[in-house]
Amino acid sequence: MEEFKPRMGIEVHAQLDTTTKLFCSCPVAFGEEPNTNVCPICLGLPGVLPVLNKRAVELAMRVAFALNCHLHKESRFARKNYFYPDLPKGYQITQFKFPLATSGSIKVDEKIIRIKRLHLEEEAAKLIHLGDKTFVDYNRAGVPLVEIVTEPDITSAVMAVDYLKKLQKILQFTGASNAVMARGEFRCEPNISVSCEKGKLGTRTEIKNLNSFRAVKRALKYEIKRQKKILQEGGTIKQETMRFVEKAGVTRSTRSKEEASDYRYFPEPDLPPLLIKEEWMEKVKRSIPTLPEERKKRYIELGLNEEDAIIIANSKKASNLFDETIQQLDEPLEISKWIIREFRAHNEPNISPTSLASLVKMVIQGSISRIIGSKVFSMMVRTGRTPEEIVKEKSLLKISDKEALTSVVKEVFAENPEEFKDFQNGKSKLIRFFIGRVMKKTKGRANPKEVGRIISEYEQKH
Amino acid sequence: MMTINDYLKLFDEGKLTPEELLESCCSKIDPDLNAFITVTKERARNAIGSVDGKIRGIPVAVKDNINVKGVPTTCGSKILKGFIPPYSATVVERIEKEGGLLIGKTNLDEFAMGSSTENSHFGLTKNPFDRERVPGGSSGGSAVAVATGSAIIALGSDTGGSVRQPASFCGLVGLKPTYGRVSRYGLVAFASSLDQIGIIGRNAMDVGILLVIIAGKDPLDSTSVTVDVQDYTDLDGSLEGIKIGIPEEYFIDIDEDVLEAVIEIKEILQDVGVSFPSVSLPTSEFVIPTYQIISYAEASSNLARYDGVRYGLYHSGVNFSDEIRKTRNDGFLSEVKRRILVGSFVLSSQAIGEYYEKALTIRSLIKKEFKDALDKVDYLLTPTTPSPAFKIGERFDDPLKVHLSDRLTAGANLAGIPAVSAPAGMSRNNLPIGYQLMGRPFDEKGLLSIVHQVEKIKPFELLGE
Repeated sequence: MEEFKPRMGIEVHAQLDTTTKLFCSCPVAFGEEPNTNVCPICLGLPGVLPVLNKRAVELAMRVAFALNCHLHKESRFARKNYFYPDLPKGYQITQFKFPLATSGSIKVDEKIIRIKRLHLEEEAAKLIHLGDKTFVDYNRAGVPLVEIVTEPDITSAVMAVDYLKKLQKILQFTGASNAVMARGEFRCEPNISVSCEKGKLGTRTEIKNLNSFRAVKRALKYEIKRQKKILQEGGTIKQETMRFVEKAGVTRSTRSKEEASDYRYFPEPDLPPLLIKEEWMEKVKRSIPTLPEERKKRYIELGLNEEDAIIIANSKKASNLFDETIQQLDEPLEISKWIIREFRAHNEPNISPTSLASLVKMVIQGSISRIIGSKVFSMMVRTGRTPEEIVKEKSLLKISDKEALTSVVKEVFAENPEEFKDFQNGKSKLIRFFIGRVMKKTKGRANPKEVGRIISEYEQKH
Repeated sequence: MMTINDYLKLFDEGKLTPEELLESCCSKIDPDLNAFITVTKERARNAIGSVDGKIRGIPVAVKDNINVKGVPTTCGSKILKGFIPPYSATVVERIEKEGGLLIGKTNLDEFAMGSSTENSHFGLTKNPFDRERVPGGSSGGSAVAVATGSAIIALGSDTGGSVRQPASFCGLVGLKPTYGRVSRYGLVAFASSLDQIGIIGRNAMDVGILLVIIAGKDPLDSTSVTVDVQDYTDLDGSLEGIKIGIPEEYFIDIDEDVLEAVIEIKEILQDVGVSFPSVSLPTSEFVIPTYQIISYAEASSNLARYDGVRYGLYHSGVNFSDEIRKTRNDGFLSEVKRRILVGSFVLSSQAIGEYYEKALTIRSLIKKEFKDALDKVDYLLTPTTPSPAFKIGERFDDPLKVHLSDRLTAGANLAGIPAVSAPAGMSRNNLPIGYQLMGRPFDEKGLLSIVHQVEKIKPFELLGE
């Protein structure tokens, strides 16, 4: 029996992390009152003209470089014409024949996925359906998007998700996008075809409405199976747009007339060609923060094990905190442990590298115990205060004073006369029991080494 | 002939007050001519004395496709019913900052699509020289306002000749500046790559005075340019030695009266030392089809926003398609509908190669031909229109005749070069005739200088004086 092989390409739309919209100076914000971040330009009032946001271009350039794309020194804007209530001008300003960048590549699961094109475009408004009425929120209209399109190089649902995760990280690390899927900042539309002839692509379908990586994987797996089944039964695939129905876990035809629409693309006459000079290119290139792959390598060189290196490198926040903290305290291994255990356990809170460095330093120097250190970390997160302030205020410094410790040790002996007798009679492993009691009594503040020394003195004396 | 500077002098000498001038302008508004869609006398009166600028107290009319904050913009269309812009066009802001008084919004062919101002939801505008005839268009209301003295000067928009042609039909000076010289921000778009805000005035000096105010880079219009603004009121430089080309293609099928009048202008200029080599612009025959395809294509997209969702006319329906169909069917007149249809067709995937893309190629040829010609000569002299004002109804709603009078003017829009129309004389049946001068990009000063010096030799009698 012939073997049907799936091929997939993915179109990703990511919202660029700018403070203002692509063609006007309205703020970009999430979750505001509807229609508050709007102006004549993004509402498409008669007579307005677009002015390109330079920051959006820079962020898209960063992504293009990170994806090894060919960045074009001249790209152009075009109008994509169609009527829809979420489209204030009756057309979307996008890039068509002359995109910002083409022919990139990205390595996923040891395989190369080619990037076909990358371009800038504006976001549409948001439709809100309430009962039998539809409302339009234009806050989102005109928000800058970067569209990234791959060649059909993806061969499995798992690979598709791995690609998306890696792309998401790149968008986040380059500072181009927050790329939070649940907020619609990162959206993907995969296309799938199945064919048994080598090198030949079958008829493809496109899947919409994918809101999580899990949904992507389920939808693709289902769609591949669906197409295979049709072909195996001698049927043909219809080129159409599918919708993933999350609850049922199936894809369904949208039966939209979209395939029939003709977008009548033509050059946007209100915007001159986008010209990017060599110096600007270089400047942007230099401004790109390093990507997870490079960071991981560097961390391994610093002595971290691979697992820890990957964990830190894959989180922009953790990685930045780590990098900045080791600048202040050259203890990468110890710092990595604090980031992996405490920082991540606290959901990557905002703490300063200076605070983390001084906390780790106190632990290394023995002025607080590890357990106390962990408590201090929690308090730092909760109160936003420095570890020094917390330790001082709560008197958390270790007690190393011999006289003070000796009196606590004596108390413990007095409270446990049986054990003390056994200890003096040579049952020396009871030392751990006594140290434990002293630590408990001092709420962890006693210096255990010092306590041990004091206790063993009694063994020798008697 | 009175210029804006003469009025300012009268104000300074106390011989005339801005209130009196405004009153006199308003008294000349003739409802039968229907030059205005909205008269903003109160707004003008309230602005008197508020600023002391270059045109303080001078009544200015504005074509009703240019936004004035708080005053309805109609574009001569029903579809913008109830729309009041929350912002002013850059040109309007600049005029008000220099003390200009906005006296009203003038009638036009719907969305500036037409050459007769017959094609407006608010009724047609008549030519004051002969009320049976059209004033030209699409800036017909602005031309009539200035010709009758209801405004001292006016703004129009010129996509294929819409400032120059009505200026020539009404015996006025009409300037279409270089593309990018004047900000389009706030001008309701018809065909964005061709549209340019222009000025209709009674003489070259007035046009120059206003151009100094409105020209220059605008950060809100990415297609406006940073080229230095010249002193367009310094118009007395010698014309001796300049070369003006006479493109033969522009003198075919021209009324005898028009030919004679333009030749008289040529002779006047020859007398002051101008030479007239003949030049050829063989792509001229493609100007109209190229203009039609490009302008219709852009219009089909520019007018897509009138869907009734956010502003303007709205008809309810069973779904969005139904609503938009009803709204646009009722809101647009037939010429606009025709252009949207043809424009959508020439951009459609099956036709774009044959039409729109071909038109872009020809446009670049036309552009190059103008450039080559203007490398050899300093200016080009032609008639503005093949004939003087035509009769009302003569070409109305006839898609084959509608562009007849754009034949000589649309080339400058396709090439993006500046062009001016100015009075050449009167026809046998007492209708104004205009001559057109085209020049190199950003040489508005040169164009106005020639017009200014011709005016001194051959003064033109105005109606409203």
